[in-house]
Order: sequence, then structure tokens, then C-alpha cells
Amino acid sequence: MRAVVRAASWVRWYVRELTDESAYERYVAHVRDHQGPQASVPSRREFERWRTDAREGDPREGFRCC
Amino acid sequence: MRSTAQQAGRINPRSVVIWSVVALVGAAGWAVLALARGEEVSAAWMVAAALGSYAIGYRFYARFIATRVLRVDKSRATPAERLNNGIDFHPTDRRVLLGHHFAAIAGAGPLVGPVLAAQMGYLPGTIWIVAGVILAGAVQDMVTLFFSMRRDGKSLGQMAREEIGPVGGAAALLAVLAIMIILLAVLALVVVNALAESPWGTFSIGMTIPIALFMGFYLRVLRPGRITEVSLIGIALLLFALVAGRWVAESSWAGAFTLDKPTLVIWILVYSFVASILPVWMLLAPRDYLSTFMKIGTIGLLAVGVVVTLPTLKMEGITDFAGVGDGPVFAGSLFPFVFITIACGALSGFHALISSGTTPKMIQKETQVKMIGYGSMLMESFVAVMAMVAACIIDPGLYFAMNAPAGVIGDSVQSASEAVRSFGYSISPEQLAAAAKAVEESSLLSRTGGAPTLAIGVSDIFSEVVGGSGMRAFWYHFAIMFEALFILTALDAGTRVGRFMLQDMLGNLYKPFRRISWWPGLLLSSAVIVGLWGYFLWVGVHEPLGGINQLFPLFGIANQLLAAVALAVCTTLLVKSGRLKWAWVTAVPLVWDAVVTLTASWQKVFSSDPKVGFFQQRSDYQDAIEAGKVIAPAKNMDDMHTVVTNSTVDGVLSALFAILVVVVLVDAARTCLKAVRHPHSATMHEAPYEKSRLVEPAGLFPTKEEKAERAALAAAGPAEGTRGGGESGGEAR
Repeated sequence: MRAVVRAASWVRWYVRELTDESAYERYVAHVRDHQGPQASVPSRREFERWRTDAREGDPREGFRCC
Repeated sequence: MRSTAQQAGRINPRSVVIWSVVALVGAAGWAVLALARGEEVSAAWMVAAALGSYAIGYRFYARFIATRVLRVDKSRATPAERLNNGIDFHPTDRRVLLGHHFAAIAGAGPLVGPVLAAQMGYLPGTIWIVAGVILAGAVQDMVTLFFSMRRDGKSLGQMAREEIGPVGGAAALLAVLAIMIILLAVLALVVVNALAESPWGTFSIGMTIPIALFMGFYLRVLRPGRITEVSLIGIALLLFALVAGRWVAESSWAGAFTLDKPTLVIWILVYSFVASILPVWMLLAPRDYLSTFMKIGTIGLLAVGVVVTLPTLKMEGITDFAGVGDGPVFAGSLFPFVFITIACGALSGFHALISSGTTPKMIQKETQVKMIGYGSMLMESFVAVMAMVAACIIDPGLYFAMNAPAGVIGDSVQSASEAVRSFGYSISPEQLAAAAKAVEESSLLSRTGGAPTLAIGVSDIFSEVVGGSGMRAFWYHFAIMFEALFILTALDAGTRVGRFMLQDMLGNLYKPFRRISWWPGLLLSSAVIVGLWGYFLWVGVHEPLGGINQLFPLFGIANQLLAAVALAVCTTLLVKSGRLKWAWVTAVPLVWDAVVTLTASWQKVFSSDPKVGFFQQRSDYQDAIEAGKVIAPAKNMDDMHTVVTNSTVDGVLSALFAILVVVVLVDAARTCLKAVRHPHSATMHEAPYEKSRLVEPAGLFPTKEEKAERAALAAAGPAEGTRGGGESGGEAR
């Protein structure tokens, strides 16, 4: 049973990392890590907007092959 | 797997036994494939040959390149560690990055090429897929990744300019743009050929647009960032659209979704233009999620399906078309055209763009380039092997009826059956009709482009595992949807990249073009890019000689020439960094690739066989026009003029590609020569060394020493060890 839970949580972690769903938490952790726990961070909504709009600026980011 | 004893140079008997067994399995696979004559061979042997060879290549050759040639340094911090900004530069778990990189390099290419190359039998294609990836393709990906990583993730174009010179750099940039145009046209042509006169396919693909719009809205407004849940909703809707496609095809709406090729071309052009100017979040980003999930899911299912069912190959090992070079699918003999046709899957220049883009900014450890660069390319190569399996398990008669242009086989099952007999295979008109009926299509004749053939093979494999023959039509359309989905995404994304490059170039002439938010510039350059590939798409659809037949070799040549550019950059860098002794690692694939592609370009331009040489074709048709004659497969004078125009354009383009690459090669050779003569004058643009504080395994599974190292670090100070690394939950395994 514990093995199943562990496997499930690993899959969840993997999928979240692969899809970059964890990007926001990673960014917040990064900012807090570097600027202290009180550092101001964007809301998730702002962050996600900003992230997709960045692709507008350089479409080569995230380009996929044939 | 690798013990200290081995690293110290002593031989571990257990590992000798294991690797001998692996080598024997691979050798047995090759032996059976090569020696089987006149009998049907199980796909198991092909899988064994491929996997055995990959294992040997990865364990010995890739390791040799990483340690001896590149001298990867685990103590050196990667850009992800040094420049970590929590966004695009961040150390990413190697297993996650492997998935990322694989999803970025795998696409329609490795699926389509092998299907077309199957006209020469399964053997030549499979040998090239496996040998090519081990010695050339995976090497290119890994070495490009390594050098880009040492340069903070610089792109291939930038590296060409900085390390080779401005002339070579400019030629490389122009080559990339030209190649992009041909790539997009050929991919679009594949979709058009798959969806023409198919209401089921057209409806389900059409539905992906509202589904993607909904997902985009969901992510932007309702629940920002919840990618997994919205993707699951999207996939569910997609599967529903697929099921609904059958109802639509059987209903009175069928007419509205039964489109001929010219109409589909217009729809695709309008779609791509509009999609490329809409904000990324609306259509492109959600489509990307959908197609990535579908891609990984379907490829995974296919691997399981092939291994579970182990179907029998019905195609011969080597067909007569290999020697003579007059095959209906594409013209030209085995050398050089098999190596051109199977571009992705063995050696793909496009991968160099990915390996020098996002991935180098995310890699945790230098030692991981082997797993990420070489490993993902081996996976891609296996996708190509599976595509070869799928193409070779269907009846060869059906294969040729599906892949020969309409000009050759006519448009009735009777004429097709006769034409197939003239190729030396047999299939009755009834069998052809039954094959179309089994997948609920009106006809399967001249469904060129590879996707429909692959879909038939996939539906054979999947229906054996799930659903039986009743599910065939569903699996066929599932496979079509899966390919069309990511091709349409590529059309949008590729148009954006082409536009970006064009804006950058035009910006040299008129400054505002550089401002990507300047609307007139945006609209104009989008229209130019769509117009350019749209021209080739239009030509491909109206080509009396068959669009895929004419354009696919151009695409193959373009992709392989891009590989030549990448390998030239890698070789130059090896020479400039004082590793002349090891330069053969990329120079040998470079020479091979240059010989193959320049021979192919030469034949495409100068061959006196009108089926191969574009200018010979042009002059034959021009002479006939002047004599007032019509040459089959052209039906009238208009067709004749179309052929003349198209062969001129195609011929000029083949010559242009070759010239651009020769410029890059000559410039690279000049730089190398200079570096050899005056080693001290060679300037490298490598980022300076910085010590790494991360401890991460190099391969998929951590070795004993790596575990010990990590434990030691954790004991010394827990905060140090976890910084920037993957989530601790993921590290347990």
C-alpha cells in the first residue's frame, strides 16, 4: 500500500514537472531563497500570464521539432 | 551498473556477461533480418536488433564521447546552476529533462520518413535508422547540446556566427529559414493528404480548435497554471470528438466535412495565418499541451503494442526498387535517397535547434549530456523503427496502392490493382475496397505522405490489443488525429519562428520590423511566411507528378543539410578547442552526411533521369509543350505548364540549399585550418569555469558512488545539497 502511494506521488511529481505546472512554486521558492522569505512575489495569475506572454517575445523558446 | 573496479580499469565479470548477452541479442536480430529470404520475419527480431545495438552504442560509444572527447566535467557548474533565475534557467531533474527533450525532438518526421523508405524494403531503412543514430544522429544531438551548454545555451545560428565566422553564420541562418519553409509545406501536405475526402478525420481535427480555445481560456482566466487538469479535460474532449467524428461521418452533416484537397489547403493556410497572430495563450500553448500528451501517450502505446503483438513483417527485406531506383513512392536509388528520406530517426538537423535552445539552459550536470542528448535521440530512433514496423506489417500491395501518386495508379480500385501488379505485387480490387471500408474511409488510394499508411499499421497493432477488428476504424482515425494534431501545432509554431527570423532580417533594412509588437510588421511577415510555405503546399496538391513524390526529397535534403551545418559547427569547435585528435567523432558523420546530401542535391539538379533530376524533367516537359504533346501523368497542357514551373522552382531550391551548405562547410574548413596552423589564435566563446555545488547522478539510476557522494553532501549541510535540485520526493528512487 505504501509503495502504491509512493509510486502515485512520484507520478504526480513527474507529471507536474514535465508539464511545468510546478513553475510557479519553483519561481516563488527561488525568489524567497534569494531575497528572503518576505520578498514580494507575483500572484500565480500574474506569473502565468507573464510566462506565456514571454513566448510571444521569442517564439523560439519551447519550439518543437518536426 | 558502473562500479569503481571498472572505472579503475579492471574488468567486472558480471558486466562482461551482461554486455555479451546484449551484444548477442542484437547480433541475432540483425542476422535473422539480413538472412531471411522469401519468408516472413517477426518484428521481434527488428526490435531485438535495434534495442541491442542501442544498448551497446549508449554504453560504449556515447560514454567514450562523453568522457574522452567532450571531457564532461561534473565539477563544472552548468548554466542552469550558475544563472538560475527560477524560470528558463533552472537545474531540472534529469528524468524530467529527458521527457522534455524527447517531447521536443519527436514529431511527425520519424514517423513519416521510414514509411516512405519502406518501398525499398525494411532492411536498408532499418540499418540506416539504427547505425545512423548511433554514429551520427545521437552524436550530433549530444555534442551540440554540450557545446551550447558551455555557451550558456546559445543557439546554433549564434554559435555558427561566433565560432565559424559571419559568412558561414549568415549562410546558416538563411539555410535554417529556407528549410523551415519546406518543412512546413511538407508537413501541411501530409495533413492535407490524410484529411482529404475524410469527414471523420476533418471533423475531429477541426474540433481540436474549439477544444484548444477552451483550454486556453481555462488556463488564462479560470485556473491559471493548472496544466495537468486542463490537459486531462482536453484529452477527454478530444477522444469524444474522435468518437463523434464517426457519427458525423454517418450523418447528413458528412457533406460539410468532406473537403477536397484545394479547399483543405485554403483552410489550413487561413488557420495557420490566424493562429500565428493570435496570442500564444489562446491557441498555441494549449495545443502544445494536447499534442505533447497525445504524442507521448501514443508512442508509449505503440511501443507496448509492438512488443505485445510482435507482428509479422510482410514487406520484403529489400525490394527491387532499391537497386533500380524507379519506385513509385519516391524516385532515386538506395544511395543516396534512403538516407535522405529517413531524416529524423537517424540524423536530424532540426534537433540541433532544440539541443541548442531550451535544453542546455535546464541541464543540471555536464555528465548528463549523454543521457539527455544521446539517450533521447535513441528513443526517437526507436520511434522510427516502430514506424518501419507499422509500414511493413501491412500488405505490400496495399502499401503501394496507398503511397503511389494518383498519376501512376489511376483513381479506381481496378486501375490501382493493375498498377500494383505492374510493380510486382498483387492486391485485388475487392481487397482494396475492403481495406478502405474497414477503416471507414471512402478510398485509400494514393493517400501519400506516410500518415495514412502509418495509421493503417497502427490500427492493425492496436486493434489486436484492444477492441478487435471492430475498433480498426477508431484506431485508424486516432492515429490520423494524433499526427495531424501535432503537425497543425508545428505549422503555427513554425510560422512564428520563421516570422521571428524574417522580422530580425528585415529589421536590418527598416528598424521597426525588429519590434515584434509592431502590428504592420507582424502581419506582413506572418503573411510572407505563410505565403511562402503555402505556395509549396498549393504546388504539392496540384502537382500532376505527385506532391510528396516531388517535395519530400527536398525536405529530406534540407533537414540533412541542416545536420551538416550542426556537425560542421561541432567539428570546428572540437578542432578549435585543441581536440583535433578526436575531431573524427563529428567529422566522419559530417563527411558522410555531406556526401549523401550533396550527391542527392546534385542528382536532383543534374540527373538526366527525368524522374530524379528536376531540370531534366523541366526540359522534357518543355520540349513536349513546344511539340504540342502531353506526357502522362499530365492530363492536359495546363498540367504540363504546372510541371515545368514546379520543377524549375524545386530545382533552383535544391541548388540553393546545396550552395548555402557548401558556403558553411568551406567557411568551417577555413576556420579549422586556421586553428590547426595557429592554435593560439583560436578564440573560444566558452563561459568561464565555475565550481558546481550540486551533486547529481549522470545516468538514469544513481551509481553507488553517486549515492555516497550525495549522502556525504547531505550530512555536511542539507541546505547546500537540495538547492536548485529536483523535488526531494523524486530523488528517493
